[in-house]
Amino acid sequence: MATFPEYITQNEERDGVRFSWNVWPSSRLEATRMVVPVSSLFTPLSERPDLPPIQYEPVLCSRATCRAVLNPLCQVDYRAKLWACNFCYQRNQFPPSYAGISEVNQPAELLPQFSTIEYVVQRGPQMPLVFLYVVDTCMEDEDLQALKESLQMSLSLLPPTALVGLITFGRMVQVHELGCEGISKSYVFRGTKDLNAKQLQEMLGLIKPSATQGRGPQPAQQPLSNRFLQPVQKIDMNLTDLLGELQRDPWPVTQGKRPLRSLGVAMSIAVGLLECTFPNTGARIMTFIGGPATQGPGMVVGDELKTPIRSWHDLEKDNAKFMKKATKHYESLANRASTNGHIIDIYACALDQTGLLEMKCCANYTGGYMVMADSFNTSLFKQTFQRVFTKDVQGSFKMAFAATLEVKTSREIKVSGAIGPCVSLNAKGPCVSENEIGTGGTCQWKICGLDPSTTLALYFEVVNQHNAPIPQGGRGAIQFVTQYQHSSGQRRIRVTTTARNWADAQTQIQSIAASFDQEAAAILMARLSVFRAETEEGPDVLRWLDRQLIRLFMFHLRRSPFLQVFNNSPDESSYYRHQFNRHDLTQALIMIQPVLYAYSFNGPPEPVLLDSSSILPDRILLMDTFFQILIYHGETVAQWRKAGYQEMSEYENFRHLLQAPVDDAQELLHTRFPMPRYIDTEHGGSQARFLLSKVNPSQTHNNMYAWGQESGAPILTDDVSLQVFMDHLKKLAVSSAA
Amino acid sequence: MNVNQHTPMASPYGQPQPGYGQPGFAPVDGGYPAPYAPYNGPASAYQPGPPPQGPARGPPTSGAPSAPQQYSQYSHSQGDMQNGPPPMTQAPPRPAASQPYNQGAVNLSGPQPSYPQHYGPQPSMQQVTNQMTGMQITSGPPTPAGPGYGTFGWIYISVSQPPVNTAYSAAPPHSYTQAPPPASSAPTQPPAPSPPPPSQQPFNSSLPPTSQQQFTSHAPPLPSSQQTFPPSSYSGPAPTPSHAPAPPVSQPQQSFPPTQPPFSSAPPPNSHPAFVSGPPPPAQGSFQPRAPPPSSQPGSFPPHGPMPPQQQPPPSQLPPYHSGAPPPRVQMPPTSMAQNNHLPPGPQGPPGPPGSMQQPPPQPGIQGGYPPQQNGAFGQVRGPQPGYAGPYPGQPNYGAPAPAPAPAPAAQKRLDPDSIPSPIQVIEDDKAKSTEPFATGVRGQAPPLVTTNFQVKDQGNASPRFVRCTAYNMPCTADMAKQSQVPLAAVIKPLATLPPDETPPYLVDHGEGGPIRCNRCKAYMCPYMQFIEGGRRFQCGFCSCVTEVPPHYFQHLDHTGKRVDCYDRPELSLGSYEFLATVDYCKNNKIPQPPAYIFLIDVSYNAVKSGMVNIVCQELKTLLDYLPRENPEMDSVVRVGFVTYNKVLHFYNVKSSLAQPQMLVVSDVSDMFVPLLDGFLVNVNESRLVIESLLDQIPEMFAETRETETVFGPVIQAGLEALKAADCSGKLFVFHTSLPIAEAPGKLKNREDKKLIGTDKEKSLFQSQVGFYNTLAKECVAQGCCVDLFLFPNQYVDVATLGVVPVSTGGSVYKYTYFQALSDKERFLNDLRRDVQKLVGFDAVMRVRTSTGIRATDFFGSFFMSNTTDVELAGLDCDKAVTVEFKHDDKLSEETGALMQCAVLYTSCSGQRRLRVHNMAVNCCSQLADLYRNCETDTIINFFSKYAFRGLLNNPTKAVRDTLINQCAQILACYRKNCASPSSAGQLILPECMKLLPVYLNCVLKSDVLMPGADVSLDDRAYLRQLIGCMDVPESHVFFYPRLLPLFESGSLPVAVRDSEERLSKGGVYLLETGLHLFLWVGASAQQELLLNIFGTPSFSQIDPSLTSLPVLDNPFSQRMREIIESFRAQRSRYMKLMVVKQEDKSELIFRHFLVEDKSASGGASYVDFLCHMHKEIRQLLS
Repeated sequence: MATFPEYITQNEERDGVRFSWNVWPSSRLEATRMVVPVSSLFTPLSERPDLPPIQYEPVLCSRATCRAVLNPLCQVDYRAKLWACNFCYQRNQFPPSYAGISEVNQPAELLPQFSTIEYVVQRGPQMPLVFLYVVDTCMEDEDLQALKESLQMSLSLLPPTALVGLITFGRMVQVHELGCEGISKSYVFRGTKDLNAKQLQEMLGLIKPSATQGRGPQPAQQPLSNRFLQPVQKIDMNLTDLLGELQRDPWPVTQGKRPLRSLGVAMSIAVGLLECTFPNTGARIMTFIGGPATQGPGMVVGDELKTPIRSWHDLEKDNAKFMKKATKHYESLANRASTNGHIIDIYACALDQTGLLEMKCCANYTGGYMVMADSFNTSLFKQTFQRVFTKDVQGSFKMAFAATLEVKTSREIKVSGAIGPCVSLNAKGPCVSENEIGTGGTCQWKICGLDPSTTLALYFEVVNQHNAPIPQGGRGAIQFVTQYQHSSGQRRIRVTTTARNWADAQTQIQSIAASFDQEAAAILMARLSVFRAETEEGPDVLRWLDRQLIRLFMFHLRRSPFLQVFNNSPDESSYYRHQFNRHDLTQALIMIQPVLYAYSFNGPPEPVLLDSSSILPDRILLMDTFFQILIYHGETVAQWRKAGYQEMSEYENFRHLLQAPVDDAQELLHTRFPMPRYIDTEHGGSQARFLLSKVNPSQTHNNMYAWGQESGAPILTDDVSLQVFMDHLKKLAVSSAA
Repeated sequence: MNVNQHTPMASPYGQPQPGYGQPGFAPVDGGYPAPYAPYNGPASAYQPGPPPQGPARGPPTSGAPSAPQQYSQYSHSQGDMQNGPPPMTQAPPRPAASQPYNQGAVNLSGPQPSYPQHYGPQPSMQQVTNQMTGMQITSGPPTPAGPGYGTFGWIYISVSQPPVNTAYSAAPPHSYTQAPPPASSAPTQPPAPSPPPPSQQPFNSSLPPTSQQQFTSHAPPLPSSQQTFPPSSYSGPAPTPSHAPAPPVSQPQQSFPPTQPPFSSAPPPNSHPAFVSGPPPPAQGSFQPRAPPPSSQPGSFPPHGPMPPQQQPPPSQLPPYHSGAPPPRVQMPPTSMAQNNHLPPGPQGPPGPPGSMQQPPPQPGIQGGYPPQQNGAFGQVRGPQPGYAGPYPGQPNYGAPAPAPAPAPAAQKRLDPDSIPSPIQVIEDDKAKSTEPFATGVRGQAPPLVTTNFQVKDQGNASPRFVRCTAYNMPCTADMAKQSQVPLAAVIKPLATLPPDETPPYLVDHGEGGPIRCNRCKAYMCPYMQFIEGGRRFQCGFCSCVTEVPPHYFQHLDHTGKRVDCYDRPELSLGSYEFLATVDYCKNNKIPQPPAYIFLIDVSYNAVKSGMVNIVCQELKTLLDYLPRENPEMDSVVRVGFVTYNKVLHFYNVKSSLAQPQMLVVSDVSDMFVPLLDGFLVNVNESRLVIESLLDQIPEMFAETRETETVFGPVIQAGLEALKAADCSGKLFVFHTSLPIAEAPGKLKNREDKKLIGTDKEKSLFQSQVGFYNTLAKECVAQGCCVDLFLFPNQYVDVATLGVVPVSTGGSVYKYTYFQALSDKERFLNDLRRDVQKLVGFDAVMRVRTSTGIRATDFFGSFFMSNTTDVELAGLDCDKAVTVEFKHDDKLSEETGALMQCAVLYTSCSGQRRLRVHNMAVNCCSQLADLYRNCETDTIINFFSKYAFRGLLNNPTKAVRDTLINQCAQILACYRKNCASPSSAGQLILPECMKLLPVYLNCVLKSDVLMPGADVSLDDRAYLRQLIGCMDVPESHVFFYPRLLPLFESGSLPVAVRDSEERLSKGGVYLLETGLHLFLWVGASAQQELLLNIFGTPSFSQIDPSLTSLPVLDNPFSQRMREIIESFRAQRSRYMKLMVVKQEDKSELIFRHFLVEDKSASGGASYVDFLCHMHKEIRQLLS
């Protein structure tokens, strides 16, 4: 066996799983002493181009409370054609189709390399993908134009059979009927009145599914499309024209007022429309917002411009009068959507806040995307949006719909909860821990939208009692069963089964310590922190956080926008936290601790410390914070650039130097989703603040003279530097109070 | 009736009756006798008077003579085609008191004190009546008989049954022709006729002519004054005897007076008109009807023979009379006197009272004396009388009821319809009389009837096309008003369309300060403002407050105290004009936006299937070019919008920049809103292509619809919200088919329950089913949103509820039950076109200011009132009339009269804010007689119908009917008691101006609304009820008394015939119009040639009863018929679909429903029966 790092990498690549501990303490008592719980980051759809989907359905344990999937860890009696469930020890007969099974003729699911395996469900109709555009029309013409173009472009990216629909909103909400000849029709709703699905169904004149089924097989196909959701291939031109004719909301906006934007109702109608037409079918509600909702349910700010939108300050003082009500509204929408397996994406492009704080649950509960930009007329939005429709090598969208994740555990361990873009399905079972962490109390979660990087943090609890030792060599197993709708319309089931060794902490503390995955642990704890910061209130949480974080040495996390709201609007915090909660380990790490590369004539590009001391005049720095890609030209370099040396052939090397970080940045930009903000700045430039706010303030105006060093750039901040933090940490570490 | 009365009368007068009535008549002719008999009856009644006279007069003879005279008169009337008479009536009215009086005066003055005496009597009401009677008598006297008849004419004597019939119907036409020789000749040729005739003729001639002349000549005023005076003197002189002598023309009048004295109690003059007519009728009846009359007349003449001389003298006198047009005119005066007619009997009674009729003759002298009175009486009366003549005959019938009274007995049995007052006669008389343009300058002058074509010259009072009053001479005190029970009301049609030869109201701009108004009562500058202090101030005619004249408006006064620029300024010299309103008069102090028209079309299954949707859409494409505009050169500024709906609403964006229209569906009907702003209301020219594309597509889109449910409340809400959003006023055109049962505000349920009819709960069927629409209507009014509703129901749609909003917003409801594209398209489209094109004012507020003493207390029409004074109309179009009732709150003065100013503030269709002002001044009287002399029955009926129909909302139908009958009975009883000369209780005495009141009232009572037949749906009743509410007088008149034209004669527009089956000839073709319906009735034995000319087929059986228009055939007859039909349609605000009714076809039932003088299938009384009933009521009140 290779080293733990290799083992971890291998496991991650194969199963998309990383545990905080790779050898588990064998009793509850020992586990709790270890502060960081046994937990894992699980990426259900981690890309496995080499994994061939299996064209049959999984074999399940026959015990009603178990239903685990046959996996390589099961013991198989080839002669008796029996297999023993490794979770509940139930002995099961193989189904008739496995009659030919033998040691040499094993089905794929029994091969160790198929610890992760994907089945294709053959039954049931193939469901179309549904994309419902919900478009704000209260925006500048320029923005609207850009948005319209993006939307028109997106039509060409959709599979021809995908159903699309269009809802526009401003003061009113319009549901557009598609494919009308000679006249364009839309249903209009008041922006101030919420409607439930039944009302909506009546008002839109949608035929109840039961009514259509009576008409025989032919009509049975019809529910697949209706007047509002039709196949792209059919209404491509029509919709393109329709989008082209979209006008700014015509209702006059008087001076000193915000336009009336019925976002809450528009989303409600979108959810309702899908709810009564395509329940439990993968669908994306793509919401494009040019500003905050200003009327009706879900409004986050009044239409008086003199009243600014709520800030953290207002929230603390409980001075945001719309916040609670709006949040409640969006939460209920998010719950409805997630119940039906629908995704809500939010593309909010405005200079001011748009209410992401209130709407975050829509994306968070449904696995939707949340994208924040300044304008629809920016490459950030345009490319991000385009990237949503990225396809994999098989030509399928890199997205999956309406997934449920079920976790099955060995008896010694139970699942406490999950943190990520999911909602609980409230499935009680033997492997559910009473101790909830994150979204707990269940062993099944719904993840309406999944992409290959969607990662959940799962927390476990070792329930084995100290006095019930586990036999030597025993292994704890965890099975992740993810059922989802593939973008091809197939239902698939991906099963990942992993196992880790038990170890007695008293005797094998060394091996446990060695199995610690500090990166995974950092992210897992960070998620937990963010979750608590989001969901709980009051000083207690902050104190808990501080105590935990200090004990966890997580200096950068403490300063990150995920926890630190200073300098961020509530919307931004929501946005950052949303991204942090769904991305995989690598990207999450970048978010916590940005990566800094230095380019100079002194040698090849090198990663440097995220420290103010790294900022030198003759360097070009490339910082990747996940959300921003920043190129910073040191003072000297900037002067050279200004002088135009890069234009001169004799300074070609300088031109190369300038170009190198740009190329690297492009590469990052191309792969990242959402598209980061790209910043090109220099010493003294206003945007250099993004860099300065991230680096460790080892030199500040308080200590630069004391240090007396010439290098680096002092940061004007009162934040403690890593040095101070470390000093404090050391003091705490040795004190018994910890 | 009179007959009856006569008897009584007789008794009073005692003696003669028998003698007179019978004698007279008897004498007249064997044949006549009967007819006359009735008359005689009356006569007899009169006779009482006569008796006295009798001696002198030789009652019998008188009777006879009178008859002749009457005849003559009648003949005149008849001869004149009754026109003569009508004119008389009309003339009389107009002459108004003043003229008549003058004449009377003249006559009197000339004549004798006798008049005075008559007048003398008048002083007291009774006296007046007496005088009236006297007058009548006199009138009778003029042609001694005539007068008597005249009076009789007024008086419906039961006796004259026979005559009646003959007189009117038969008489005029045929009898005339036949008997005519005498009669006709008589009338026209009065002079020519043989002596006997002469006598009559004289009268006739004199009468007719005189009447007219008198009118003209008569200075209304004089009469009255004279009358009064005379009375006293007369009273003294009263002695009929003198009358007898009086006979001479002048005398006649005088004589009357005398008679009056005796009658004094019953002012003959006044009574005459009405009643007289009664008697006359007989006479007339006898005249016309009976060829015999002639003969009889002869006979009578013979009697006259003796009379003749007198009569002859009369002739000579006639002139004098004529001057008085005496009889007639006198009656005119009678207007005040009118009553005299009744009295006449009485009055004459003295002279010829007994057989007033008869007597008259007998008392030529008296007559002579009477003449004057008659003049008065006749003047007015006559016209009527002639008519009445007929009526009377009818009365005889009454008499019949009353018959008990001696005279009538025989005749009374059965009233001859021809003897009762004939609407046609009155109408034709008025037409003949109204040849001159009507100048509004004279206060208190009643205009010609609505059925008459006349030109109006605005000389300081509003044209009758704008304002018509029930009374042009209002009682001075509330007590009088209460006593008479005559409603004081005005029917105002502020934006009425004027004929091309009349100038529309001028637009006056008083500059930035806005119109000049009285400081206190805020009345607008008008001719009633008195400038004082050299023109620096003006005193308000309404409240007497003195206001400074703004410097820019100052002008010097001339020596008469008038401003020198008086005739340069419409507001100082005209009755109607407009002010340009300033921003102060605008809502929110903002100049209004141009109005918008929104078309809301039902596209549910029924609407599509009936073809309505298709028709509307097709029509709109062209119709939109005819939106109202003030300047024909310019494009209309009215913007348009489109909505379709079933259970949801579809709005359309037709912005000019769009390549294709956009449909916006609002399915949330529970809380209506307008889904778009820009592009909903557009200029037609700019968006023409998009609109046309839309209108092409709407029928296609919904061609396959299966939706049958509709909403209604949200539809109006949608239009309202759209107007609100656009911040403008406007009009909604809603095309709707069914009961709105879809779940939405204003949802209705089917509550049609025939079992409720006749119960106390019936009223609830006329009320709105839900309160929602009342609230909605209020909101609409606040926004200036007028709603016009076109209904295409196949079943009950609850018009009572759906109509609430249209009715409250000044809109109209059109109903096309069982709409079929093929047959109803024309009617619907014409209605729609007219409705869209007609001029309309928006967001209007109307206020009626009055001079001290009276007050506008109640308003009827399509509008909304949030307080007690301001009539708010979201929309006011040129067809809408508002009826205003006035009540006294103080004493009025005869000197200043009563003034009213109706000011309507509205937004024109070009978006201009304006004030239209109509001023009206009427006289005031301290004598009831004057009131009765200056009434307008058509207007009264308009008021009564609106009053009653509104009453339905809160009272059981029966109570409403009873109230109506009761009030009319009181009116007539009051007249009888106070204005008519005493006569037998059995006599029905009607005021000249109101002699048609019973027949019209009966029509109101028989209308579907108040007395529904089994096949009349609740919707129809509610529809009609609402429709009447905003009708003006011409429309309500023809609605209640349809026009029935015989079409089988060639020549110019034929004279209408009465609405009775008896008048239909099997061989004829008739056209009947009600303003809503148009029937072409084809007699079963119509000539082939006729049919060929009209229908292109000679066979009766081949006529297609489903025709809705006549085939275009190239013959003059066909052409003329089509022209007539077109002209009818052009006169009405709603297009009348032609329905061909073949005699004895099923559809004849419907047609018969409109023969309002007959018994109706639903139990409505015939005219004759009703008249009898009315008489009974009156007698009850009197006893």
